[in-house]
Amino acid sequence: MNRALAPVLAAIARVAVLLAVTLGLLVVLLVTSGYDAGEAMQAMVRGAAGSWYAVTSATLVRAIPLALAGLAVAIAFRAGLLNIGAEGQLLAGAAGAAAVATLAGKTPGAYMLPLVLLAGVVAGGAWAGIASWLRQRFGVLEVISTIMLNFVALNAVGWLVRGPLQEPTRIYPQTEALVPSLQLPVLLSGSRLHLGVVLAVVLAFVMWWWMRATAGGFRLRAVGMNADAAAVSGRINVARVSLFAFLASGALAGLAGAVELTGVTYALYESLSPGYGYTAIAVALLARLHPLGVLGTAVLFGALQAGGNAMQRDAGVPIALVNVVEAVLILLVIAADRLQDVRTRRSITRTDDAAPSLPGNAVSVPS
Amino acid sequence: MIPDHDSNAQSTQGASAPPALALRNISKSFGDVRALHNVDLFIRPGTVHALLGENGAGKTTLMRIAFGLATADEGTIHIGQTRLSEADARAHTPANAMSLGLGMVHQHFSLVAAMTVAENIALGNRGRFTPAQVANTVREISERTGLTLDPHAQVGELSVSAQQRCEIVKALARNARVLILDEPTAVLAPDEARALLRWVRAFANEHPDHAVVLITHKLRDALAIADDVTVLRRGELVATGSAQSLTESSLADAMLGPHDRSAQLTEEVVPLIKRHTDSVGAHYVVLQADALTVHDTRGVPRVRQASFTVRSGEVVGLAAVEGSGQAELLRAVAGLLPVHSGRLHRPDDVGFVPEDRHRDALLLDASLTENFALRDAGVRRGRVPWNELAERTNVVLRDRDVRASNASVTVRTLSGGNQQKFVLARALDDAPPALVIENPTRGLDFRATAAVHTALHNARDAGIAVLFYSSDLDEVLTVADRVLVLHNGLLREVPRERDAVGRAMLGVS
Repeated sequence: MNRALAPVLAAIARVAVLLAVTLGLLVVLLVTSGYDAGEAMQAMVRGAAGSWYAVTSATLVRAIPLALAGLAVAIAFRAGLLNIGAEGQLLAGAAGAAAVATLAGKTPGAYMLPLVLLAGVVAGGAWAGIASWLRQRFGVLEVISTIMLNFVALNAVGWLVRGPLQEPTRIYPQTEALVPSLQLPVLLSGSRLHLGVVLAVVLAFVMWWWMRATAGGFRLRAVGMNADAAAVSGRINVARVSLFAFLASGALAGLAGAVELTGVTYALYESLSPGYGYTAIAVALLARLHPLGVLGTAVLFGALQAGGNAMQRDAGVPIALVNVVEAVLILLVIAADRLQDVRTRRSITRTDDAAPSLPGNAVSVPS
Repeated sequence: MIPDHDSNAQSTQGASAPPALALRNISKSFGDVRALHNVDLFIRPGTVHALLGENGAGKTTLMRIAFGLATADEGTIHIGQTRLSEADARAHTPANAMSLGLGMVHQHFSLVAAMTVAENIALGNRGRFTPAQVANTVREISERTGLTLDPHAQVGELSVSAQQRCEIVKALARNARVLILDEPTAVLAPDEARALLRWVRAFANEHPDHAVVLITHKLRDALAIADDVTVLRRGELVATGSAQSLTESSLADAMLGPHDRSAQLTEEVVPLIKRHTDSVGAHYVVLQADALTVHDTRGVPRVRQASFTVRSGEVVGLAAVEGSGQAELLRAVAGLLPVHSGRLHRPDDVGFVPEDRHRDALLLDASLTENFALRDAGVRRGRVPWNELAERTNVVLRDRDVRASNASVTVRTLSGGNQQKFVLARALDDAPPALVIENPTRGLDFRATAAVHTALHNARDAGIAVLFYSSDLDEVLTVADRVLVLHNGLLREVPRERDAVGRAMLGVS
């Protein structure tokens, strides 16, 4: 158990370091662009963690979709699939959930809320399934197909909320607000923190356990580490594992969308997600694709978003500044990981007489 | 121990010719591991110099230092007339080495598969790229050296030996005077290897100011064509001298060292080189093919109407030149490629050891336990009993003499020989009725090769039907009880004689 928890502790340490680096970078940016750094940082901290309400209703509420979509990205990346399409799958999930909610009418039964969430899961999975099919049928790289499908999803939602799913008065480009029985229950009265947080935590633990302990999880990791060896030496059906990883990833992202719809926005509209699906990539990478680490980094990014909004509102500092910091942070972390990888690899290959494997497109010897 | 022939070698050439490449007092440590200790190497112009040693002896490291890919802790480098001081040697780079006339062909080629030969050769040059001009350079070098190569062919489409020629021409196009070839015959079929060695010999004869350094662990190659031989063992120079003054057995002694000349090792190594232990008797048919036709993944027929049997308790060797259909045949028997037509009778459980360990057999960054678990990963249901598997893996490591501190280290930290022993142990763990292996000892040193051969014979004696392919004809002849030869997709059984097998491989009857 000790060894299993080590990555979790490491992730916590990373989040702490990242937090410090983030705030430092932010101060530098604020000063250099001529803002009152003190006032801005105060607003930032107040907005993210200044009060019980800020923590639960600003930071944690934003961390929920980030965590679910972060798990979606992590499971795909662990299988070696660069699913950049969590945003599109999230929107597809929200749209699917909204469609079922609309069909449910004015007085839905208690069983309808799980069905609405399930619709999000199915819609998100189906959206990712398109990319999987393109990959396996035509060899289209998922990096390209998923990012393109993001735009398709966004525009499809735009059409839905002006067409079949538009609210009855046909004035606003959005769906009718969900009736209370289709809204996720609020956990703490007086806050906006909803049941989705429990869902995210439970799913993170389930995914962590599943990947470590089960044959299916091991197959998924093996395919991600070396698909050729998985197929030849493990007799693993790589296509099936990839399809599963795509569907699971899309399902998790779709759930993020459905949870956001039923827990926060209560209606479908185009700007439902402020790029949660994209930020989720950073969330997953900073957590080194570890499901429990995702919970930590999701809170970090949730706090940044919440604080950034407060900074914009109270100190007049554009939130773009926070986005810059996020982006720099991702680059730093990726660079640091790479450097560490290269170092450990060098120190190992150096003791071996064998030439180190050449990177990139060196010609391999055909068998 | 062999007397030091260094003075002898130099006197034959005379003091007037300075070495084409000289490394003096080179030392290099990686952490606590001393990779090289006070090693000297003198390459005379106009000669072929064989650098011998087991894996891990430091041969490649020494040459990587000369080529600027690694830096020495101590020592100086002379390339032609240029002397690099210790400080210069530390700042040495491949670009520098190339400008001074060194060229190195690595064991794993550094070519861009999607580019043409001409583009690969121009890669790294400055200024404009004029395909016609580079093509002319390639043709000129081809004519001058006899390395035939189509400048406009795409490298990915070329055979391995043509890719190797491309690497050599690339070095020569940059005016390399000293060519360093790292295990060049490891990837070649026997006839290709012979052709390459002949070429190396002729190249040195015809260019009195050039030289070739041949990094190898094949004694026969070294003695056949080299003028001078230097032997490294555990980072130290143990013998150097002219090839004429050395014999296969004295070199083997030098490579293995006095500590290792125990009775046990002699028993292990000597039969491997010279003798063959015959099967105690084959029993019932385990693998049987009748008019078997196999297509590759692109649908091209690679094996046509092959019929053969492999019985329990025998080792059947498959000999073929590169690309004759052996990969497809073995993969069909292993159950990894579908049978197109004909009949293939095979047990459900066939152990398979692929040729490319890193690509097809191992998860390099996963633990030994996880790699061990990989074997059953495709069929396992429910939870993985990790603790049980870790214990089992530790037992296997001990029983099969795989050197690793424990089952939780990553495979990447193991040497090539231990990785191969581990892959073999994994395939044999539940005693499958049949075992299929591609190139069982590719890239392995003496001792690891002996261990793998012993493991194969043990498996046979335990009643397993073993079918293996090797690009090394000697390995097929020494290890196999029976020999099958594939030529251009057609299979036939051939008596276990060098001539007969060699001719059949080339399609000559």
